[in-house]
Amino acid sequence: MTSSTQALPAARGAGGADAPPVRRGTKDRAQSTFYWMVWPAVIAFFLFHTVPVLVGIFYSFTNYAGYGAWNFVGLSNYVNLFKDDRILAAYGFSFLFAIAATVLTNAISLAIAMGLNAKIMARNLFRGVYFVPYVLAALVIGYVFQFLFSSSLPKILSGIPLFADNILTNETWAWTAIVALAVWQACAFTIIIYLSGLQTIPRELYEAASLDGAKPWRQFSSITFPLISAFFTINVVLSLKGFLQVFDQIVALTNGGPGTATESVTLLIFRGGFSGGEFAYQSANAVIFFIVITIVSLFQFKVLQRREADF
Amino acid sequence: MTTAGTALGQAEAVLPEPRRRRTKNVADDDSRKINWWVTALIAVCSLTILIPLYLAVVVALKTPDQLAAGTGFEWPNPVRWENFAEAWERTSFPQALMNTAMITVGAVVLTLLTSSVVAYGIARNIHRPFFKGVFFYLLAALFIPFPIIMLPLVKQTSLLGLDNQAGMIVLYTIYGLSLNIFIYTAYIRSIPIELEEAARVDGASTWRVFRQIIFPLLTPMNATVGILTCVWAWNDFIMPLVVLTDPGARTLPLAQYVFQGQFNTDYTVAFASYLMAMAPLLVVYIFSQRWVISGVTRGSIK
Repeated sequence: MTSSTQALPAARGAGGADAPPVRRGTKDRAQSTFYWMVWPAVIAFFLFHTVPVLVGIFYSFTNYAGYGAWNFVGLSNYVNLFKDDRILAAYGFSFLFAIAATVLTNAISLAIAMGLNAKIMARNLFRGVYFVPYVLAALVIGYVFQFLFSSSLPKILSGIPLFADNILTNETWAWTAIVALAVWQACAFTIIIYLSGLQTIPRELYEAASLDGAKPWRQFSSITFPLISAFFTINVVLSLKGFLQVFDQIVALTNGGPGTATESVTLLIFRGGFSGGEFAYQSANAVIFFIVITIVSLFQFKVLQRREADF
Repeated sequence: MTTAGTALGQAEAVLPEPRRRRTKNVADDDSRKINWWVTALIAVCSLTILIPLYLAVVVALKTPDQLAAGTGFEWPNPVRWENFAEAWERTSFPQALMNTAMITVGAVVLTLLTSSVVAYGIARNIHRPFFKGVFFYLLAALFIPFPIIMLPLVKQTSLLGLDNQAGMIVLYTIYGLSLNIFIYTAYIRSIPIELEEAARVDGASTWRVFRQIIFPLLTPMNATVGILTCVWAWNDFIMPLVVLTDPGARTLPLAQYVFQGQFNTDYTVAFASYLMAMAPLLVVYIFSQRWVISGVTRGSIK
């Protein structure tokens, strides 16, 4: 491993100035083979990823219903989006859900990862158990949770009205059940990332710190957390982005209900776009959603990385 | 702040050679005493993972009457295995399993063969504007949420006749490119170019260099990309939901969704069906647990 990393800068330095062993066609063109390797992928990606995005943006300026004739309507879809209570509610729900789920996922995962990083019995077994949810389909395990919330818990916790009446049909609190399912599953991946971050911290550090009399909390805030902050950044950004697009879990638990209380943006685009005859309108919604997600991700990177640098 | 300051100063002194130390630590010279409090805590918390799985198993083994009589958690007596046979029939399980397996295997194979080639082309020419441009073009797509592609994609796939299993394989391969290129490129750049140059001097073509030198060296990353693609394609719900039109092409998650309405309150058969849908990947995971976890870890921290 060391030899390879050392060789790299040397090789790249040589490639720029005088690189006799690397035989390349002309002066600064790569071998045509390399172009053959890359072009097909670029074309395929353009056709199946970029074209749909452009088509979506195009239709967002029309009144296309998904079938039949259409006309250009300018920005009116976008104007209407901001006046539509159902759209605003979906964004409100998605953000509420995503923020709650991100905070819980990261707090719980970090705690469990630290537990798994301590000296415990059967560590590999537990690590394996915590990772199980990662290989399960969100929709399918979601149906199991649906039964748990709607049939088991009302009997087990019959003393608590919130659970006794089936939390999934509770307009105010149904979203917390979705958070529970999403966090339950998302922790699997997040724990593993934190654990690999924790394993890069030399144990001598903690020994030195405890000799200096640092209490556990102090060790966490002065050693552990600063040293894994890069992992914290990536986990928070990835989980928030994933949770904002929540879909499977909602379909499994509430299907957007009761009413439209737990309708996420993705679910709304899916419903309105495919069965609601709102192809163009939901395309505009999707464009806004894309902008929102990009801004949120970039903003997070900025804030979290600045904070990282402060340590 | 002083304690932290000194500790951190030492951190920097220790850090330059973390690799050897880390492997040593992980091995067995962990001289710390076993922390029973933490063990107990971790064990109790792991029940939250196991309880829903236990619930899935016991409900699938009950009769509707047994289920109605209790909370769902009681161990069934007698066990009713017929639920599985019934679920097998009602959801056309063999067909859904075949579809999912075909799509997953196809997506994994095609992804491994294509992503690695593209990444190699990019990694070895990253200093050239064209290749750098392609790299960032693919990477930028990571920011684009699926909903914006979803609506036009459905029109496009049905127009091109790709609203079937083959289309799903193509889509997983293409949409996986962004992340896979990212994973592969970092790794390929750490492979010394001298290895290739020796072969080139002997007259090997670029393709041959890739096939015989680079691809074998990529094994750890192939494992990572393969695992990520496999879990994604097997469990994905939204893409089959919108793309697949023929009922005969249904994947396992899609079959659970479609039959959810028919199961209605028939939870015992439904749960047998869920178990059968989750089992194949779960069994594979149980037998290759360490390998899977290390593969996923490698991919995410590159």
